[in-house]
Amino acid sequence: MPMLLEVKALHGAYGESKVLHGLDFVVEEGGVTTLLGANGAGKTTTLRAISGMLKTQGEILFAGKPIQGMKTEDITALGIAHVPDGRGTFMELTVEENLRLGSYTRNDKAAIAVDMARMFELFPRLKERLTQQAGTLSGGEQQMLAIARAMLLNPKLLLLDEPSFGLAPLIVREIFDILGRIVREARMSILVVEQNASLALSIADRAYLLETGRIMMSGTAADIAKDESLRRSYLGY
Amino acid sequence: MIGVLNQVVSGIATGGIYASIALALVMIFLATHQINFAQGEIAMFSTYIALMLIQAGVPYWIAFLLTVTISFTMGMLLQRFVLEPLSNAPILASVGAFLGLLLIFNNIAGWIFGYSLKPFPTPFGAGEPMFGGMISRHEMGSTVVTLAVLVAIWAFFRFTKVGLAMRAAAYNPVSSRLVGIPVARMLALGWGLAAGIGAIAGMMVAPIVFLDPNMMAGVLLYAFAAALLGGITSPLGAVVGGVLMGVIENLAGAYVVGTELKLTTALVIIVVVLVFKPSGLFGKALASRV
Repeated sequence: MPMLLEVKALHGAYGESKVLHGLDFVVEEGGVTTLLGANGAGKTTTLRAISGMLKTQGEILFAGKPIQGMKTEDITALGIAHVPDGRGTFMELTVEENLRLGSYTRNDKAAIAVDMARMFELFPRLKERLTQQAGTLSGGEQQMLAIARAMLLNPKLLLLDEPSFGLAPLIVREIFDILGRIVREARMSILVVEQNASLALSIADRAYLLETGRIMMSGTAADIAKDESLRRSYLGY
Repeated sequence: MIGVLNQVVSGIATGGIYASIALALVMIFLATHQINFAQGEIAMFSTYIALMLIQAGVPYWIAFLLTVTISFTMGMLLQRFVLEPLSNAPILASVGAFLGLLLIFNNIAGWIFGYSLKPFPTPFGAGEPMFGGMISRHEMGSTVVTLAVLVAIWAFFRFTKVGLAMRAAAYNPVSSRLVGIPVARMLALGWGLAAGIGAIAGMMVAPIVFLDPNMMAGVLLYAFAAALLGGITSPLGAVVGGVLMGVIENLAGAYVVGTELKLTTALVIIVVVLVFKPSGLFGKALASRV
């Protein structure tokens, strides 16, 4: 399979404190890749590095082209949608405005309308709350809004940062079911970062295990899920 | 009774001008969480540019449009070259920059154009006051212009894609970049708009108070009080606060404290709002769940 995203020897730091120590990984076209790891392993930082939100060394190739050093908004415009940790809701704006912002870089009005209708199909709750201030949504609804907003970019690559964070198990299940549908139907690649390894492995094709800024292990999701000792020592379930 | 009505009507006219400047302050505040103390001086400087154009023989409304365009550009450039480099600096650096700009514009205006009061033409004619002497032609005209500007700005932010992107960039710059909005450009656009609105306010107030380098000092104070009264985070509040401020100023000046102490009412309102209701009339504390 051709590679959509290639990350080579990626180093990253917040000011003086180094977080990433030479990561190598790839995201295949059309698949779901997951980065697993504990708190502080560098998962969120890796996604931020891809979106150009921090200074990095190494190489990040998107569809074969280097995107390092580009501005975040220009990287987004290439077709990389990022659902950030904390969900990135525009609290003061309405649900509808949040969704409209998702398609900011696009000008194909007819196709946007189709995609919008599709999102309402996937997330009927958002449709009920269109005119509501987004800050008043529940955590789960905000996560749905964040995913819908990112999908409205019509991205080639979707970066998901801990979609399960802080949500009740029932809501998490609902969101991952919907993600599963999106994966099956949409022609895009997903890179999902999760602490909840079993959840992420259930929708992923390929997995990388991250520990303190280094890749410890990689393989197909099925293999990683089967590996008893790995599961107990690193994934904790 | 007629006297009171008179004061109210002409209060609404000047209130519209305060509302414009207050709106410009609120726009910059929403985007940067800072008060642009130089807002008034930029408007005053723009008004001198308009006067220069008019004296050079340019017809009023063309001079008007040119001035707004020049001010818009000036606002964008100020953001790009003065404020943008300070975007990661401590807040006091920006406050210093705002005060510096205030002094620079004030002094350059005095240096180039002199400190004497200059009459500024009105495009609405000097004929008989309208509605049975209730309101002068200029007051009527400037109210209409101000109202048109406010409605246009509201429609721009409410209905256009760029307007929505500007609001998004002001509220949540990180998320804005992640949906592809060039935040710095939106900020520059906001500064341009604020300077443009200020220029219009300057041209509307100058025929009433005459043009001199300190013309906007009082106006800025009233506008600041108006913005706080309406709620510093609320554009609608700025407009309502502006009109209220104009009326309060007139009534207080005519019946309560006299014209000499009018400006004091603005200061009193600032203190009272900050002490008793810091969020103002419309600046609601944000409801949010986590």
